[in-house]
Amino acid sequence: MLNKNLNNEEIETIYDQLYLAIDNAGPEQEAKMLAKLVLILANQLGDSEQVLNAIKIAEKDL
Amino acid sequence: MSNTHVAEAQPRPSIFYHYKVYPVEPLPSQAAGDFKQEVLIVGAGPIGLATALDLARFGVASRIIEAERQVSHGSRAIVLTRRSMEILQMLGCDQAFVEKGLSWQMGRSYYRGQEVYQMQMPHSKDERFGPGTNIQQQYIEQFLVEAAEENPLIHIHWGHKVTGIEQNEHCATLDISSEDGSRKYSAPWVVAADGGRSTIRKLLKLRMEGEAYTGNFVIADIKADIDLPTERLCHFDPPWSPGNNVLVHREPEGIWRLDFRLPDGESPEQAMEEKQLADRINKILTMIGQEVPWQLDWATVYSASTKTLTDYQEQRVLFVGDAAHLLPIFGVRGANTGLQDANNLAWKLAMHMQGKAGPKLLRSYSTERVQAAREICKEAGKSTRFMSPPTRGARLLRDAVLSLSLTESFVRDLLHWRTSRPHSYYNSPLNSTATSEYALLGEVTPNVKLGDNQYLHDYTLKGFTVLIFLKDENNSAELKKVIERNERDGMSINPILITRTHSGDQNPSHCLTIDDKEGKLFERYDLQENSLLLIRPDQHICGLWQSGQNKESPQQWIHNALRNALCLTPSGDSHVE
Repeated sequence: MLNKNLNNEEIETIYDQLYLAIDNAGPEQEAKMLAKLVLILANQLGDSEQVLNAIKIAEKDL
Repeated sequence: MSNTHVAEAQPRPSIFYHYKVYPVEPLPSQAAGDFKQEVLIVGAGPIGLATALDLARFGVASRIIEAERQVSHGSRAIVLTRRSMEILQMLGCDQAFVEKGLSWQMGRSYYRGQEVYQMQMPHSKDERFGPGTNIQQQYIEQFLVEAAEENPLIHIHWGHKVTGIEQNEHCATLDISSEDGSRKYSAPWVVAADGGRSTIRKLLKLRMEGEAYTGNFVIADIKADIDLPTERLCHFDPPWSPGNNVLVHREPEGIWRLDFRLPDGESPEQAMEEKQLADRINKILTMIGQEVPWQLDWATVYSASTKTLTDYQEQRVLFVGDAAHLLPIFGVRGANTGLQDANNLAWKLAMHMQGKAGPKLLRSYSTERVQAAREICKEAGKSTRFMSPPTRGARLLRDAVLSLSLTESFVRDLLHWRTSRPHSYYNSPLNSTATSEYALLGEVTPNVKLGDNQYLHDYTLKGFTVLIFLKDENNSAELKKVIERNERDGMSINPILITRTHSGDQNPSHCLTIDDKEGKLFERYDLQENSLLLIRPDQHICGLWQSGQNKESPQQWIHNALRNALCLTPSGDSHVE
């Protein structure tokens, strides 16, 4: 299980801003916007092992 | 158009509740312009009844005008919070609710058959009331009606419908229809407690700010022998209704409340169709592992809004409860918010009518409660975006969080359902101390347990209270003067001494003394010896005096703090109608 690195207020703000960004992108562009976001965050994290593990977790329970 | 209103005289159908049809009591005759100092309350729902009982607490008479002749159809507002129970205690009728209601504290949320979140509402054995009490609205109204009927200051006029309103600077005049025909009736003040579809709000053409959410919910009460504890159960995204959710609550008398969201595009009529409804109820029972026989008592369709009027006063009319604001059911905010409205309004209106307050006191009702409603709308909006996602993006995020919640705990707090809480009047003009000086300022006075079946709130049920924190009662002589002086000025305060070392002798000021040997009150209130706390008649803290920190003497401070809380100018006289 992943550690919790954000407090509730931070994760709620991200939740809200992220869904607004999806709505702004629109159904045709939302997937591209989200994929870009993942690449940006992966680069910020700078740890490919962690990113690959995150991809595995994201693929579960769809 | 007919000018008579004839209310249904047949009891509403129910498989467990016996509806009493009340007689239509005509309004007394009234010569034009000759009105009494009484309050006309429109609506005998929980909030109208609570307002009447709360006004009576301060000696103010009221008449309740109610279009129907019987209590609510269906369970509607089923969960009362601890704060609501505390308010009901102030109204003198908590006992009936404790005896009938089901107390609970645990909520569990499920996704794909797995428990992904649980929340225990804060509770301890030192609390008088549980954090949640489930009770059908029929009983809420019945118990309040019974208390009102015993109170000589309250008259309920069943079967009377408001059809018009006029106002001037002295009074409001309502057009009222009953089976005896149509007539006018005036009073200096009208309280609009006529619910979400408020007639008064429509007649005055008032608009609400805020949002209405898409998505309809069915609320159904069934009688069934279900073997589950009294907890809040929430199932997200059930396979038989993808993307939607189901809530289950136990009610007294073997009744269960099922709430579920309808698929987008389905009309309320389709959802209420007998076979469709029965099919979904069966699916819910299967889902919770309880395939038992059931009988339907009542069902309705509901949609979520977070809306409020921007001002709860329109000349001589004051709005309370759903007439003032529409709040979503998630987080039990409807009746629980309304009871706090009534409790905030009653003492202010009473003291205003009795000439004990400055003109701004009554205005503070709207300022404090509109601010509360806006904060509640904001919080409720967060629950609603999860329970009934308003956009494609919100739904995608919700689904992503649910999927992760099966294995990852870091997202689980996003499933928190944010229940109604007592609002803090932290920035109220009635406060004589800043919140930065005392964290509890504006909050409800903590209800500390004093002994067996004995709590601090048992002694703060009437007017203003001052809690006097002392080392020992012998140095209370100075404070005794405070009380005597204020009583002489006609500003009675109920003093309570809290001492660490009570000798057991009669204390010199003959007021209630609490022996706080273990320091429980000192600790809970986070105060040192020689402190004074001023408590409003609605049990909210509005001022703190601390020895060595305030320049004024205790006498002067209490005098000024009380005048400030009543919006009386420092030297001026009270406002008289």
